[in-house]
Amino acid sequence: MTFRQKHLLGIEQLRPEEITTLLDLADKYVDLNRRQQKHSDALAGLTQINMFFENSTRTQSSFEIAGKRLGADVMNMAMQASSIKKGETLIDTALSLNAMHPDILVVRHPHSGAVDLLAEKVNCAVLNAGDGRHEHPTQALLDALTIRRAKGRLHRLNIAICGDIAHSRVARSNIMLLGKMENRIRLVGPPTLMPSQIDQFGVEVYDDMRKGIEGCDVVMMLRLQKERMDGGFIPSEREYYHRYGLDAEKLSYAKDDAIVMHPGPMNRGVEIDGTIADDINRSVIQEQVEMGVAVRMAAMDLLARNRREQPNEGVYV
Amino acid sequence: MKTLLTNARLIDPEHGTDELGAILIEDGVIAAVGDVSSDGAQVVDCGGKCVAPGIVDIGVKVCEPGERHKESFRTAGLAAAAGGVTTMVTRPDTLPAIDSPEVLEFVERRANEAAPVRVMPMAALTRGREGREMTEIGFLQDAGAAAFTDCDNVVTNPKVFARCMTYAKSLDALVIAHPQDPTLSKGAAVTSGKFATLKGLPMVSPMAERMGLERDIALVEMTGARYHADNLSTAKSLPVLARAKADGLDVTAGVSIHHLTLNELDVGDYRTFFKVKPPLRSEDDRVAMIEAVASGLIDVISSMHTPQDEESKRLPFEEAASGAVALETLLPAAMRLVHAGYIDLPTLWRALSLNPSKRLGLETGRLAVGAPADLVMFDPDAPFVMDRETLRSKSKNTPYDGQRMQGKVIATFVGGAIVFGDL
Repeated sequence: MTFRQKHLLGIEQLRPEEITTLLDLADKYVDLNRRQQKHSDALAGLTQINMFFENSTRTQSSFEIAGKRLGADVMNMAMQASSIKKGETLIDTALSLNAMHPDILVVRHPHSGAVDLLAEKVNCAVLNAGDGRHEHPTQALLDALTIRRAKGRLHRLNIAICGDIAHSRVARSNIMLLGKMENRIRLVGPPTLMPSQIDQFGVEVYDDMRKGIEGCDVVMMLRLQKERMDGGFIPSEREYYHRYGLDAEKLSYAKDDAIVMHPGPMNRGVEIDGTIADDINRSVIQEQVEMGVAVRMAAMDLLARNRREQPNEGVYV
Repeated sequence: MKTLLTNARLIDPEHGTDELGAILIEDGVIAAVGDVSSDGAQVVDCGGKCVAPGIVDIGVKVCEPGERHKESFRTAGLAAAAGGVTTMVTRPDTLPAIDSPEVLEFVERRANEAAPVRVMPMAALTRGREGREMTEIGFLQDAGAAAFTDCDNVVTNPKVFARCMTYAKSLDALVIAHPQDPTLSKGAAVTSGKFATLKGLPMVSPMAERMGLERDIALVEMTGARYHADNLSTAKSLPVLARAKADGLDVTAGVSIHHLTLNELDVGDYRTFFKVKPPLRSEDDRVAMIEAVASGLIDVISSMHTPQDEESKRLPFEEAASGAVALETLLPAAMRLVHAGYIDLPTLWRALSLNPSKRLGLETGRLAVGAPADLVMFDPDAPFVMDRETLRSKSKNTPYDGQRMQGKVIATFVGGAIVFGDL
């Protein structure tokens, strides 16, 4: 087994063989999750705390189910309603939590780098459930697992990531993961939604949707992140849908067996046509959600194993 | 009381020379330079170490009034003395802002009591640094304001800024500004580019600085004001500055030591001690700024000393405060430019001491007979590893912690008196 991480803060730190190890284990958890008895004791006796400083229903429940299936004691902290509002700093919150001896912390935070900062201060495994516009590693891993199961491999594929790249941590993690696994990545979207110098990340950049997805094996749509936009990035949603929304006509430029992905939640009629999203022959959006639980189980299992092997090593304070 | 420094490597920025000699200090001024007899003086053998005019640092933040827990005149003054800075030109971005003669007088009184080096406070250009009404520039100048600046608050309304410039011009007062287009740079934490994209941080294009500078220079052309851009950092701004100088406008510019010695990649994994304003730039920008200092296009190097306590820095990068302490590390950091072969010592001292003195109408910055004996004696090669806990500043937010540096101050003289070191 190759997985030498103490935390899962981003895809940036992972090596290709670690990604493969994690996905292989996740495959086994997919099988477990499809059984009637879905229980394992991999995390028995361990405490998992989910700290979400930003609203999330889907990711938080996915982590919660993953933890419970592995036998961990799972606790959700609604950070938006708590002490952070009373002026406590992130580090003080982390130190207080640390004193309760959790084994796994799952953190989402609206600021890039906040999860890294927290990981330096606590004495447990930290999983990044999304930090600002930086990374969302479990999303990229679940996307990778979905692709691998649908396409039979995770290399030498043509993958188009379309839409709001600039505000998307999902895009950043996916670009890194799919790049490490040696795929050809295309980014498609209006130039206002492309981050600066993104062309230097080993990707091809297109502002024409049809050209961008032409011949692709995978079409990954991103949500238009209206809540992160502080100015006009696009003229209107209807023009965006017209030029960049995925409908049957645009999808016809991709390979006939191309799969359609979306990290959710979807804005139907903005970035994706409802019929495409619901087309069970093309869309793997429901599988993505299923893979999410398995990938999170695998990630927490691997981190817990490393923790058992080296309980007191490292930078812990 | 006469002191003779012999066997010294004299760094003379005025004449661009770097040669062995002696320097005689008498009654607080330089009494003789070169081949001097030791007649009746206390003789100090410098052992071939450098003696140069003390550093005149434009833009030091001392957090009095308002945030004395971050830095006081006492601690800033001790740090300055230990860093070879003999004149601190302090910023008015305190709480409250230094925008009235009364506050200015408080600051001067505190500075005189507490700081072992010279302190020349600057005053705000507009009340509360809000960019709406001009301060009492005349009264403030009479009370000793060295220059007028709203620091990193840009006076967004060109009409207000033009009137301030016109009024300041009538008093021959120096206006200092931080050129930046504030709408383009709003909310930014780093410079746009590959690194910013990788780390997912809010970013600003270097073009925002050029836009701010273009606007300011247009207003200088309109009003004829004396203008200093305090902290240029990008290559894009340099042609604009060169053109303004060629047009004969009364314009000078400075750069902070951070933008000469660090680049955007130093932020690494969200290290907030590297968060400064303007943000660190690309390596190309850094090299362009060094070349501009060497050619004389950029006139002044300053520390942009900005103390921040741990609470302001131990936050997610976007939320963390900007700024770094630098009074004590200015000299060894600047020596990196010399050791890397970009620049020689007299040229460096032109930017650290002579040019800022000239811009403020001071007699310092020269190794000339009759000039104040504000001097720094230093070993240009002495190596050490920076340990932030050794800093005299109350705040320890230095970006150089743990780094290898070369160049140590041996002694600092202000008006002929030793304020740091033991000879």
